[in-house]
Amino acid sequence: MAKDTPPRWDRKMQQRLARGEAAALGELYDRFASLVHNTAHRVLDDESAADQVTREVFGYVWENPDAYDPRREGSMRSWIAKLTRRQAVHRLRQAEAKAYAERGGGSPEELEQKVRRAAVSARADFIVQSMPAPLRAALELAYFQRRDYRQTAADLGVTEDEARRRLRLGLQLLATANSRPVDGRAL
Amino acid sequence: MTGPLDGGGPDEGREEVGGVPRIPSPRRAADNYEALPAPEGAPPPLPHKVLQSLLGAWALSACSPEETTAVEEHLTECAPCAEEALRLRDAVGLLHHERDLDLDPLLRSRVLENCLGRRPARIPVPDWAGPYDAETARLDALLRDIGDSEWHAPVRLKWFEGDRSVSRRTTVAGVIGHLQAVDGLVATAIGLDDSLSSKTPTERTEDHWRGAHHPPTRAVRGPWRDQAHTLIRTVSFAGRGVAELSVSYGDFSLPLRDALVDRAFECWVHADDIANAVDYPYEPPSGAHLHGMIDLAARLLPAALAQRRRAGLAAPARHLVTAGAPGRSLHLEVEGSGGGDWYIALDSPAAVGSRDRKVAQVALDGVEFCQLVAGHIAPEEAAAGQDGDREAIRDVLFAAASLSRL
Repeated sequence: MAKDTPPRWDRKMQQRLARGEAAALGELYDRFASLVHNTAHRVLDDESAADQVTREVFGYVWENPDAYDPRREGSMRSWIAKLTRRQAVHRLRQAEAKAYAERGGGSPEELEQKVRRAAVSARADFIVQSMPAPLRAALELAYFQRRDYRQTAADLGVTEDEARRRLRLGLQLLATANSRPVDGRAL
Repeated sequence: MTGPLDGGGPDEGREEVGGVPRIPSPRRAADNYEALPAPEGAPPPLPHKVLQSLLGAWALSACSPEETTAVEEHLTECAPCAEEALRLRDAVGLLHHERDLDLDPLLRSRVLENCLGRRPARIPVPDWAGPYDAETARLDALLRDIGDSEWHAPVRLKWFEGDRSVSRRTTVAGVIGHLQAVDGLVATAIGLDDSLSSKTPTERTEDHWRGAHHPPTRAVRGPWRDQAHTLIRTVSFAGRGVAELSVSYGDFSLPLRDALVDRAFECWVHADDIANAVDYPYEPPSGAHLHGMIDLAARLLPAALAQRRRAGLAAPARHLVTAGAPGRSLHLEVEGSGGGDWYIALDSPAAVGSRDRKVAQVALDGVEFCQLVAGHIAPEEAAAGQDGDREAIRDVLFAAASLSRL
């Protein structure tokens, strides 16, 4: 069974990129640049390294629009987010390995741990952005606004039971960020 | 406070922990347990299901102190809940504030250039549409970052009519409606659907504002952006052939290639108005694009000057020459990024601007010149350096301001 058929926008965008339409590339950038840049920055914590990954990811997508398989990857958004995490993790591992080699000290395990932490936070960001809006709104209130779940329920106009359910479900989704292997293959 | 689970051992039943003899209450649906009257002094223990439903709120420290205690007691005796609690607590550590850092607006052109270097476009965006592409993208990035209430921030649009500055009040959302209405002139010229039938930028803007929801909100962003994307896409497919296509502004017209530079210019000018209204920094266009905008204004100056002359607002022509011959000229020296030298024919749009027939010189900064053309600064206040025929200088500066409109 195919997953959800991708939205029309994704399909059309893929065709337009394949056709070599520069205007489509501009639209692709306008839609996904902040996703790509924020993700890369979350992993690498460095502005110019994030710029670099942004260049690489859009370059890859522009050169390989056919690599996007909607049945396997889901939305173009999640595909691009995944490519970005992969490339950013790859860059981070390279940069860290170089730094370790120059400074000396530091075990491969420490390096892997650092890479893993960065990869997990980037995945977590994507999960938060992609989760259903009601769950995100509940987490937003409880975590960032420091509202307790009763206040959260009142703010959202739902029962307290529903507020508890949303907070738990939101965190359960977020926790899946921890449960996948880190993929840092270069594009 | 005394928790209901105090003193309970893990081997005791869930409903009867605490060592206090009482009648076990039946489990209730999770959302109505609070309606149960609490026996005095000893609230009933929360059932497993309720405690489990609290795990998310507990992990976020969003429970009451009593519930927190109850959950934590429960965790010592319920392995599945303890395991989940740990996972959810870890997940909380993954939440973090969104980074507010805006994308570097120059990154877009660097990324696109890199892509096109790796694989040339089969259907490129024409060079003359580049400024419009870049400026609409920059404005859109600004709009993405502003809050709902900022869409209603007041903006005063300023321009010149005759020799005086006029203005019109609107909001950030109203400015986007204005841009969309006037961009629609270009859309019409290349055969795209357009909902407004009026012809001049002012009429179209008034019609758009009248027809829009009141007050306009951030909902105006999507249609404006979509129209800009469609314009760029359409001219890309049409290619070279349409560059000279005439775009009517009602009382004048421009070839499409110039019309899109004009729209890019307006987009920047109004983006700057918006940025000022919501207190955001906003940079001028890239040097190459700014140069194109200045060049368009310089090319329009002789006709604007002639029009003012016909209206009796500029000095009469002094030396008419045959069409295409060099005429008396003003040397416009624009400094800074995007700058250059232009020679403006003074006596007739048919004459050619000429270095040899220069009678005056004006030097000013590129952004300042654009502000003059946009009607944002008065002609009397523009131009850092002036030399030569004072009348010519005055006429050209006023003609530059007269290029502005709503």
